[in-house]
This record gives sequence, C-alpha cells and structure tokens, in this order.
Amino acid sequence: MKLWERLATIDRRILYLLLALAVVLPLIIRPRTRIQVSEPVQDAFTAVDQLPPGSVVMISVDFDPSSAPEVQPMLIAILRHCFKKDLKVIVTGHLALGLPLAEIALSQVPAEYGKVYGRDFVNIGYRPGYVAVMVGIGRELRDFFKTDYKGVPIDSYPFMRSVHTYRDIGLLVDLAHGATADAWIQYAGGRYNVKIIVGCTGVNAPNLFQYYHAHQIAGIIGGLQGAAEYESLVGKPGSATLGMPAQSAAHALVIVFLIIGNIGFLLARRRKGG
Amino acid sequence: MLQRNIPLVIVFVTALLLIVAFFIPHRPFGDLESRFLNWYAIVAGFTFLLGIDSLARHHLIRVFRRTQGWFYSLMLVLALFVTLGLGLYSWVRFRSPFALHAPFMWLYTYMIIPLQSTMFATLAFFIVSAAYRAFRVRNFAATLLLIAACLVMIGNVPLGGSVWSALIQFLPLPVKWGIWFGAKLLAIAMPDPRTADFVRFDLPAAFKTWLMSIPQAAAGRGINIGLALGGIAMSLRIILGIERTYLAS
Repeated sequence: MKLWERLATIDRRILYLLLALAVVLPLIIRPRTRIQVSEPVQDAFTAVDQLPPGSVVMISVDFDPSSAPEVQPMLIAILRHCFKKDLKVIVTGHLALGLPLAEIALSQVPAEYGKVYGRDFVNIGYRPGYVAVMVGIGRELRDFFKTDYKGVPIDSYPFMRSVHTYRDIGLLVDLAHGATADAWIQYAGGRYNVKIIVGCTGVNAPNLFQYYHAHQIAGIIGGLQGAAEYESLVGKPGSATLGMPAQSAAHALVIVFLIIGNIGFLLARRRKGG
Repeated sequence: MLQRNIPLVIVFVTALLLIVAFFIPHRPFGDLESRFLNWYAIVAGFTFLLGIDSLARHHLIRVFRRTQGWFYSLMLVLALFVTLGLGLYSWVRFRSPFALHAPFMWLYTYMIIPLQSTMFATLAFFIVSAAYRAFRVRNFAATLLLIAACLVMIGNVPLGGSVWSALIQFLPLPVKWGIWFGAKLLAIAMPDPRTADFVRFDLPAAFKTWLMSIPQAAAGRGINIGLALGGIAMSLRIILGIERTYLAS
C-alpha cells in the first residue's frame, strides 16, 4: 500500500488509542492552561454579579449524568458565585435524572460559604410537563410547587414566602443539555420577560447564539470551555479547568487526523486523476 | 361519528380558551389557563405510568417467549423494578430518594452516573473515527465546512490561543504587522463586542466567535423561524380539525 493510501486509511483502533492517550495523559500531567474569558461567559457572570444581595436566583438543572462532566462544573461555579454574593437560590429541574446531580452539588457548595438549607437555598424538585410548569410559574409558583423535594411546604422557609412568580426572581439560570433551554427562553423569557442565562453542552451552545445576540438571554456558558471560563471568573478552578488540557489535546488530535486524512485523500485523487 | 367529533370539539374549545387567556390574562380566562396547565402536568405525570406499563409489558413478553436477546430484556426489567423498589424504600426511610445516604443515591452514583457517562464518552471515539473517514475536501462546500469545523475546534480550546501566540513570535515583522493591521481593520469595520477577540488579537477565538455569531446564528435563525411557522401551521390544522392523525384510526 502506498504512503498516501495509508494516510487516508489509518486503522480506527490506532485512532481510538491515540485519542485515549490524548485525553488521559493531560489529565495525569496536568499542564497549566491559559483561560481566556469569552464575551458570552463574561455577560453570564455579570448578570449574576450585578444582582443585589438577597435577590432570588432560580437554577433549573436540566441535564443528566451523560452531560454532567460539562455542565456540573457550571452548576458548582454558579452556586459558588451566588453564595459568595449572598443570593438566595431556588433549584428545580425538568429531568428526573438531573435532580440528584443538583443534590450532590448542594451537599458540597453551600457548606463552603456557611449557607443553610431553607434559609439560603431550597430545592423544590421536579414536576412533569415542563412547558406547563414554565408557563405556570408565571402565574403562581405554588400551583406546581407547594412543597420542596422533601415534601416540606415551601412557605415554611422565610425567603420563599415572598416568591410567587417570575417577578420575584432576579435571574433564571438554565443548565441544559437539550431543548429545555429553548422552552425557558420562549415561555418564561418571551412571555414574562424574566432575565435568563443558559449553561449548556458544547454541542448545544451554537443554537443559543441567536437568542444571545437578540438579547433574549443575558449570557451563554457553552461546554467545558465555558465552564472553565466561569470557574476562572469565580476564582476557584475546578474540574472544567482540569479538563481543558485534555479537551485541547483531543481537538488538536482531531485536526491533525483531518489534515492527514485529507492530504492522503488529495494525493490519492491526484494519482488516480493523473 | 360521535367518537370522532367530540375530541375535535374538545380540542377546538380548549385551544380557543387558551388563546383568549394568553391575550386576556384576567378572570375567568386566567384562572382557566392555570387549571389547564395543572391538568397538563397531571396528564404528563400519568404518561410515565403508561410508559412503564408499555416498556415492562414489551420486555416481559420477550422474556417469556425467549426471543433473541431476551436476556437483555430481563436485565432491563430487573433494573427497572430494582430502581423503583430502591426509590420507594429511600422515600419511606429517608423522606426522599435523593438523600445522600439513601440506597437510591447509591444506585444513582455508582450505576447510573458511570453507565451514562461511559455511553456518552464512547461517542467521542466514534466521532473522531467518523470525522477522519468522512470529512474530505470533495468539493467547495465540503472544504468550507472542514475549514469552519477546524477553526471552531481550535478556537474553542485554550490551545488555539497558546499556539497562535507562539506562532506569532516566529513570524517576520512585516507579516506580523500585516496581521495586526488586518485584525484592527476587522474590529473597526465591525464595531461590536463580538469582535473583541480581534482587538485582543486572539485570532482563533475571534474566528470562532465570528463563525458562531454571524453565519451560524443566521442559519439557526432561519431554521427556527421555519420551525415556528411550521408549528403554527400544524397547530392551526389541529385546532381546526384538518389534521386528525392524532386521533385513533
């Protein structure tokens, strides 16, 4: 087999092995990474940062373990930011499998800032029929969430007594891996003018730029890179920052393969054509 | 006849009420909307039961008939009922399935998280293999797509900026000035926050941001407007009883 044919047909097991090495080695070596904050992430950060202390932030956890490596660091970084700013946090979700991830984050972050369940944050849980829930909160939160996820009435928590509709929520944060971000923007943002920022997987981020430039959302945290940028803004690097060298190496490897494959392809085509 | 017409009337009247409630959110329409939303959430909850029934029935039949792959069906049914059982037990014992020490959370942390993460992570290998085999510069459109993909990939990671910074050191001064001047001109031509990366001279990030913000967002808008118009047209067809495929035949 000629060299150019070999270049165009590298065995997929070699590709798999090299990709595995490209991901694993940076995680072991942990090289330093320079995180440059992009405009959409900076805007998302500013949206949280500008809220006065005591404002209510509703975080919707709409991702499950498949997207957790990308989106969970965003949840942790945003929770840190909120608690650092003395904001009140309401956690909800539209994926039944996502809420345990919220619970894992809530078991870790509030303690770092001395925050207490019920006084500083509440997890109101999950209700089926997300479109109805999103529209319904605009009329009265209690129509859908009379109790928190433990079955305790939400009115037994002092700060929750004054939260009824989106008017009482300073910022809505949707952490999504699917269509719920569009639904929040269309139903909560479009109809009730609630300020929204969205954190999502890298695959979903491009779909949100149209909303961002139309000022329908205040910011986007896209993928692991977005999460790393938010972590750097909060000043506490976490798993996203740790994962960036691995992602960089994987992206570089894909580009190298694409170049090699195409050189082989073009050389083979020229030979055939000749 | 009646079986067909009654659902059509219900759909028409409900849709009409919801449209009126959207424009007149006061009594009695506003309250009606709240009620309908509650009903929607309750019906959505019951669809889970329907789903569990359908899934369990389908796989139990496969197990009892010993059809090909029946063992996987058995695993699925067992996993379904073990999860349900542990969830109910945790709910009774710990007041919530999500209590960190509850058995449900153990199952979630040590079974669901690794399994789902593994499934999603393996996609990376298939994507790399598929991209290497299929991403070829066969024609002009494919070449454009390839270049755009490479720019987004390199601009989306810190490595892009670092490589660019290193590269720029080795370029001859006139070339460096040329690039700097071009970047400044671009930033002046497009006075927008989106061109901030051009000003910062971080070209990989600048090209990525430009691609995402202008051509990609334009295409996305077109698709979304099309989808919305299609949704409105389909809704009108359902409301007016022209589209009846949702009714049982």
